[in-house]
Amino acid sequence: MNNAVEAQGLVKRYGSTTALGGIDLEVPTGTVIGVLGPNGAGKTTAVRILTTLTDPDEGHATVAGFDVGTHGHEVRRRIGLAAQDATVDPLLTGRENLVMLGELHQLRRRDAVARAAELLDAFSLGDAADRRTSGYSGGMRRRLDLAATLVGRPEVLFLDEPTTGLDPRGRSELWTVIDTLVGTGTTVMLTTQYLEEAERLADDIILIDHGRIIARGDARKLKRQVGGDQVSVVVVEPAHLAEATRIIASITGSEPNVDAGARSVTAPTTLGVETLVLAAKEFTEAQIAVDDMSLRQPTLDEVFLTLTGSTADDAEESK
Amino acid sequence: MTALTIPEQTVTSGGPQASRGMLHDMWVIARRGLVHMKRQPEALSDATIQPIMFVLLFAYVFGGAIDVPGEGNYREFLMGGIFAQTIVFTAFGVAMSLAHDRKNQAVDRFRALPIARGAVLGGHAIANLFKALLPIVLMSLCGLAIGWRIHDGLVHAALGYLLLIGFAFAMIWVGVLLGSVVATPEGVQGIAFAIMFPITFMASTFVPTESMPPFLRTVADWNPVTTLANSARELFGNPTTAAGPNDPWSIAHPITYSIIWIVAIIAVCAPLAVRAYQRSVAK
Ligand SMILES: Nc1ncnc2c1ncn2[C@@H]1O[C@H](COP(=O)(O)OP(=O)(O)O)[C@@H](O)[C@H]1O
Ligand SMILES: [Mg+2]
Repeated sequence: MNNAVEAQGLVKRYGSTTALGGIDLEVPTGTVIGVLGPNGAGKTTAVRILTTLTDPDEGHATVAGFDVGTHGHEVRRRIGLAAQDATVDPLLTGRENLVMLGELHQLRRRDAVARAAELLDAFSLGDAADRRTSGYSGGMRRRLDLAATLVGRPEVLFLDEPTTGLDPRGRSELWTVIDTLVGTGTTVMLTTQYLEEAERLADDIILIDHGRIIARGDARKLKRQVGGDQVSVVVVEPAHLAEATRIIASITGSEPNVDAGARSVTAPTTLGVETLVLAAKEFTEAQIAVDDMSLRQPTLDEVFLTLTGSTADDAEESK
Repeated sequence: MTALTIPEQTVTSGGPQASRGMLHDMWVIARRGLVHMKRQPEALSDATIQPIMFVLLFAYVFGGAIDVPGEGNYREFLMGGIFAQTIVFTAFGVAMSLAHDRKNQAVDRFRALPIARGAVLGGHAIANLFKALLPIVLMSLCGLAIGWRIHDGLVHAALGYLLLIGFAFAMIWVGVLLGSVVATPEGVQGIAFAIMFPITFMASTFVPTESMPPFLRTVADWNPVTTLANSARELFGNPTTAAGPNDPWSIAHPITYSIIWIVAIIAVCAPLAVRAYQRSVAK
């Protein structure tokens, strides 16, 4: 089996909302696909269809070689799902949660208990194992949720916005966990609103908006489409803004965004660090004092601005 | 921060496990339901504190003012009614469990698992059947403490308990229907007060129907809560309404009439409930 996930023409409507407007997917076995898109783009809907939780109105899909519509049970035997809101049982302890799920994955009780202990240790939840999860922190609950998806040793793992709502520390901790998961040949489909996260974790990225795929490829390719990194310069004197804009435009060859209030000039660049070197030289020659000069990855907003001509937030509002 | 190191063998995928059958899955989910009940004593109050309060209230506060058929002891009369009332309330426990599952998204978690169709519903049904045993035992002890006795032999008493459990089983399907149609735990609670209390009060639960005004008496006479209470009284050998020539068939044959209701509720509600439940979780 070459593709762990295949989908053709998935359409899902809720009343007058088209949550998915025809999605095609191919996820090679053992790879990680990042589904990147703003709130309401249709990420959860896609995950719910692929995990047999909801039926598409049109199109069909196979997961781990089985049709989600006709062989849902076979699909469920081979997948793990961490839903968008961690759905661990608040009244049960971490251990009880995992043992129960193990038994529902058809393990013998003894095996389920052993499996739970192993996963609790691996996810650093050993100390909290026998406390009710209602007392867990957001990060612990997420980790338990992730551990729970592994109870049945899945072939394909679906993680719906696994780090949304976590602080930076919790996020990087989870990234490490997800790294390990993907390092072992499990196929992973992960949704996120952060370009940085998709780039860090995914082999391939699919950008969706309004239920449609608007771009796909690895992070480098997507960024090339947006014009690479963003260079941003903050000048000391507002009077220098015009000159600074001219300099940045001539280096990057693109039209900069000027924010007069913040005295900043921002523009996409494909030159990488070279941009900073050139800019530093020119600003020195023109004797323009600079407060801050930086190179950073485009935000999801900027990617959307480039690819759709509207920001992710506009897209939200126009729904 | 401790870096997480996950041993490879912990995550590598293996083949799926062979199915262990529907009963296994149901029992796992039933066990979870029982743990929930144990850890949420407040959710058990309709099966524990509430009936005890009713026993004490009616036995000691109102009881003196109520005439019992055949000059019997009011406390002995009361217990059959209390049994019937707590059994009818079984519906709420089920409805509340389902509503909570939906609220906590447990529904989706279960639906993405390789478990037998119907295992979740079956698990809730089993857990709530166990829950119904709790007030039956508790009320029996409470009754014994205030002077209620079994007078008609153990066989009849066993049949009495069996009838109560049968009715509880029927009420479980009413609960599934309710929990599937009503969206939230709060909504379920609202309906409890709006429907179930009147139904259990317009019956011979606390007072004999003879003392009611004609219209209400007719309603009460045909109310299965009345006949369930009267059946329990009859089988436990407690004072109950002796059917007169003008009494309706239900009063003359409370046990048969109650069994008909049990069968009818299951026949009508169970299929509706299963369908409503499936629709409510499918979204
Ligand atoms: N159960 C539902 N009923 C009605 N509309 C829904 C439902 N689920 C999703 N939607 C709508 O479908 C669109 C896509 O939602 P979703 O897949 O949850 O997006 P995402 O996960 O990317 O934030 C949104 O406009 C959302 O409002
Ligand atoms: Mg979502």
